Amino acid sequence: MSSLSSLSHRLRPAHSLQLLGAHAVLLAYTALALSPILLILINSFKTRKAIFKTPYALPNSETWSTVGYETVFKRANFPDYFVNSLIVTLGALVLILIAGTMAAWALAEYRFPGNKLMGLYLALGIMIPIRLGTVSILRLTVDLNIVDTLWALILVYTASGLPLAIFVLTNFMRQVPRDLKDAARVDGASEYRIYRMILPLVRPAIGTVAVFNMIPIWNDLWFPLILAPSERNKTVTLGAQTFLGQFVSDWNAVLSSLTLAAVPVVILYIIFSRQLIRGLTAGAVK
Amino acid sequence: MNPAMRLPDKRRFPVHILVFLAPAVIIYTMFMTYPLVDSLRLSLYTSDQRGNETFVGLDNYHKLVTDPLWKPRLQGAIINNIKFFAIHMFVQNPIGLLLAALLSSPFIRGRAIYRTLIFTPTVLSVVLIGFIWSMILSPLWGISGDILTSIGLEQYAKKPWLGLEATALPTLSLISVWQWVGIPMMLFLAALIAIPDELIEAARVDGATAWGVFWRIKFPLILPTVGIVGVLTFVGNFNAFDLIYTTQKVNAGPNFSTDILGTFFYRTFFGQQLQPGNPTMGATIAGVMFLIILAGVLLYMFGWQRRVTQVEL
Repeated sequence: MSSLSSLSHRLRPAHSLQLLGAHAVLLAYTALALSPILLILINSFKTRKAIFKTPYALPNSETWSTVGYETVFKRANFPDYFVNSLIVTLGALVLILIAGTMAAWALAEYRFPGNKLMGLYLALGIMIPIRLGTVSILRLTVDLNIVDTLWALILVYTASGLPLAIFVLTNFMRQVPRDLKDAARVDGASEYRIYRMILPLVRPAIGTVAVFNMIPIWNDLWFPLILAPSERNKTVTLGAQTFLGQFVSDWNAVLSSLTLAAVPVVILYIIFSRQLIRGLTAGAVK
Repeated sequence: MNPAMRLPDKRRFPVHILVFLAPAVIIYTMFMTYPLVDSLRLSLYTSDQRGNETFVGLDNYHKLVTDPLWKPRLQGAIINNIKFFAIHMFVQNPIGLLLAALLSSPFIRGRAIYRTLIFTPTVLSVVLIGFIWSMILSPLWGISGDILTSIGLEQYAKKPWLGLEATALPTLSLISVWQWVGIPMMLFLAALIAIPDELIEAARVDGATAWGVFWRIKFPLILPTVGIVGVLTFVGNFNAFDLIYTTQKVNAGPNFSTDILGTFFYRTFFGQQLQPGNPTMGATIAGVMFLIILAGVLLYMFGWQRRVTQVEL
């Protein structure tokens, strides 16, 4: 690194000025990206008066107030919404990973008539948004008697997450060394056993698929609104949406509920940002 | 295909392959492909108040493009959607490219920190982003007014940006750009980092400027990613809903000026205060969206992807 930068120093005299400019642009954009979020966060801990009078100041002993959070906890079931979101997200992730690795294994490992066609069929859903089938999805959930349950959401998110998951996992599974599988077959292992044996080898791809699906499922508004709108089944996103709509003039409550709804995702992001970025950039960025 | 792949020496289709494929194929077919096909079928039917459905061919589509009640809404939604997409294409993606170009330089310290922080809005739900910005833009709170005043644009300080027909849609598009810029940034970044150093060093030694290196060498090499970013933006925008619904409610006001296909679809299918939902017309609008998205994806696959790969080879 140091030898590289000294080389470029020799080549480019204007180098340090360019660097300064680059940092200025990046810092400015970072500020633009974060300041709206920070503004909401700091004002959620202030009195109503201070929110309007000194919106840019951090809360101090005089302006500190958690009245907004009290309203939120009294009037909305955020802990329940949180549990619902967790069930839906984890449920869909587990199904995507189980069904996805199985199908990807079949496509990557076995030669059978229709293999290519099956891969193509399963890949169709990568580009076509599942929302376009909503009218029929609602009817289907009514027919199956799962309308307004978390199951409806879990199954829909599983179906929409599978195409990309299978595509990514199939490519990854093709790279598993043959010797390993052949040795296991010579030892008389069943095909199911071999599938279980190779799962740990594709762990990075499994991580990528999980992180990739997690955030869009957690954040979705459309399907909770249509398939599971009752108070009992609300996810955090829908719960926040209805609460915010009702309490729109209670600034303390709005700021607090925005902060509360953002916290779980930001925590998830902090934990998984490395995997997420690695997945998005196909491993090019560490 | 790998010649060493196992070919079972039996006539019967091996059971374990079916077992491996079954869960994914069943869930995907039931909840994705069947609903898409069935929704297209429904768009060819009409239903009366008792729920009896009758086949009407392309009548719904005909109604959508000619009926004085439907036509202006469809036209408005499509035009607004095109504007929404254009602002993403020409603001979001160039900013993403600029940030990626800066972040791909090995000489910038703290790249990982910038990258992580700039990506933060992208992981928050659109609902939260919508409310955060409607508060910041609210003339009542005056944050946007303060900022505009501080940069000498006092005359715009008191404008309700989301409440005026002329400004609501561009403002919402820019909010969406602000949220989603992280995606093109990451995709461009990955492509830029994958370019071999030797190519760039060789050009530098020959005396090319950073600007020249970027446009003459790097940009042509990341053209496949430009196409992917373009088609992802297209599909995402023509399927958008959450932001408009959150900030402008179901009628995509003021006076439908922010109505896009997603909100039009929802309103028609689900109904609103006075108007009951109409599933078959909803399915028809979904059919129109399907055709638009399909056209975009096919254009990308045959118009861009093929040509660009040829250039690369």
